[in-house]
Amino acid sequence: MDALRPSSHCRRSHARGSTRVDLLLLVAALALPVVDWLSGGLGLIDPMKAIFIYAILGLGLNIVTGFTGLLHLGVAAFMAIGVYSFAILTADIYPFQLGFWPALLLTIPIGAFAGFLLGGPTLGLRGDYLAIVTLGFGEIVQDVLRNLETITKGTQGINPLPPPTLPLPTAWGGTNGWYEFQADTPQPWYYLFLLFLVLVVVANRNLERSRIGRAWMSVREDDLASKSMGIPPVKTKLVAFATAAAIAAFAGGLWASSLSSTGEPSNYDFQVSILALCIVIVGGMGNISGVLVGAMVMIGVNDIVLQKIFSWMAKQELTSTGSVFGSPNNWKFLLFGLALVLMMRFKPDGLIPARKPRETGSARSATVRPKGEAS
Amino acid sequence: MELDVQYLLQQLVNGLSNGMISALIAIGYTMVYGIIELINWAHGDLCMLGAFFALTLIGALGIGAWSGPMAAFGVVILLLATAGFCGSLNLIVDRFAYRPLRRAPKLTLLVTAIGVSFIFVNLGLFWGGLPMTVFGEGNAAAAPKNFPAIVPATPILGGEPGQVTLTVRDLMIAGVTMPLMVGLWWLVRHTKLGKAMRAVAQNPTAASLMGINTDRVIGATFFIGGALGGFGSVIYAINNGTIGFQLGYRAGMDAFTAAVLGGIGSLPGAVLGGLLIGVARSLSDGYLEARWTPTLVFTILILILVFRPSGLLGLKSKEKV
Repeated sequence: MDALRPSSHCRRSHARGSTRVDLLLLVAALALPVVDWLSGGLGLIDPMKAIFIYAILGLGLNIVTGFTGLLHLGVAAFMAIGVYSFAILTADIYPFQLGFWPALLLTIPIGAFAGFLLGGPTLGLRGDYLAIVTLGFGEIVQDVLRNLETITKGTQGINPLPPPTLPLPTAWGGTNGWYEFQADTPQPWYYLFLLFLVLVVVANRNLERSRIGRAWMSVREDDLASKSMGIPPVKTKLVAFATAAAIAAFAGGLWASSLSSTGEPSNYDFQVSILALCIVIVGGMGNISGVLVGAMVMIGVNDIVLQKIFSWMAKQELTSTGSVFGSPNNWKFLLFGLALVLMMRFKPDGLIPARKPRETGSARSATVRPKGEAS
Repeated sequence: MELDVQYLLQQLVNGLSNGMISALIAIGYTMVYGIIELINWAHGDLCMLGAFFALTLIGALGIGAWSGPMAAFGVVILLLATAGFCGSLNLIVDRFAYRPLRRAPKLTLLVTAIGVSFIFVNLGLFWGGLPMTVFGEGNAAAAPKNFPAIVPATPILGGEPGQVTLTVRDLMIAGVTMPLMVGLWWLVRHTKLGKAMRAVAQNPTAASLMGINTDRVIGATFFIGGALGGFGSVIYAINNGTIGFQLGYRAGMDAFTAAVLGGIGSLPGAVLGGLLIGVARSLSDGYLEARWTPTLVFTILILILVFRPSGLLGLKSKEKV
């Protein structure tokens, strides 16, 4: 594996290469609505929203799992925190009744705070124990959301929630100077969410090259060595954890607005955390372009390709609705499971492997410490 | 409100009874963790598949209609066959999914185990969708399946209102789990295989230098852990009355919490943890509300990990670099 990694002298060209992938994806994303329109509506625009939101969620998780090397199995909980704080801040049954923009911006500090609260006491734990703590937290959040019906409306969810608004002169079709996004015109949603994704990508690229980004990666490679270089591992991990939680909560805010409802709490269960993890792993842990590709592959296959295949098969009467094999939803777990197992076996660095500092000595990768070493 | 002693005792009996099942499943987690430091995520789902296997076997052999001594014989057949099925399946998974990754980072192995768990869940969903009478034909694949009460819940002690009741089923649970635990303890302490397992757990490299076939020992560990999970899944299904493809997650998390509470890697710890978790669950069901029980279990799990990661009976520190 080491031999395949780019060595330090081609570092620059590699970095330029991944920016090129980003730009290529951006051009494709900008052109997609035109293609969709020219071809008479393939119905690709609406599912793309989910891809953008999951890409944002994946980018958040990538900070913890990719850059910092901590397995995080509860990212959906922070998404749920974003969803419900957006809902509580905006819905008219609560006293706040903020608009789309202030509520969306507030999900960021709320998420960061939640991440801080969970991460503070637990980030000193060993890797697999931390994974379990994040998993347990995810379950607790979901149970609390389901059981505190007086606040969260239980399985009914909170709705309706406000769509995004943009200032638009009345002469151009706005009402009172504002344009409110409509559920039946997907294009504005598409471009707005794409813009958010671009912002998150740019922020991630900058974080990656910043002092804290380098600290994350150094903790990932060897936290004892970083400690002796003056980088406090737990504090560094905590910043990563809180940043990821903030990004996940932001993705949650977008999700809530696009659904106009919180949906039921089980929409943010372990499966979603694993889906986000699949996105990061399939794409390439620690690689921003990789996460984008991972989101397209995982959500694209799940929401678009599988649905198309099954509706085609149903039309050809190859499957019956009564059969357990006939619904794409019934194949989801198998798909995620195989993706994880096969990637780990044959391509543990993902479709687009991240550039990693050259390792000397053992072939053990980043996330692993010698057995039993206290952290 | 005065303390109702009878109610409390009844909750304790139920809790111990359920706790023994958790303990049996927890041993599977703790054995595998002890030997290769893998949290075997798929273990709970392996038990779920075991329950489906047992139900299929009941349908195929018509065990549900057997009575008297034949019913007891049926239970023995079910237990042994399911244990064999789960053990073999666990062995196969180790051979094809985990063994190629022996030298890979630990988290690679953990992610693989999560993947295997998802594959198992999906297989359970498909299995439940098979058109079999015993699954209730016409039922949706995801619907819970009734598991026939081949061991009746006849009280052998008490039974009247206001008395603490102990049923045949509780007795069956104790009668299955206790000999297994003693047997396992004997196997690990007093056989050559047990000695090899302890050696591999302590230091795989040194063990292989001493001529121990580590892959075979690890495989045996997976088989034994899986087989105990198979026993656990049958008595779980009989005790619970229904099974569904998602039971592995909850049952597995309870058992895993039990293993961590007792000290992961420690066999007596898994048993103690299982009993404690069982009692905590039934007290929560009885005195709080059942819907908060999972929250309680996960809170216990997080608190132990934060404040005493080595568990109640685990070694204080495992410095073995």
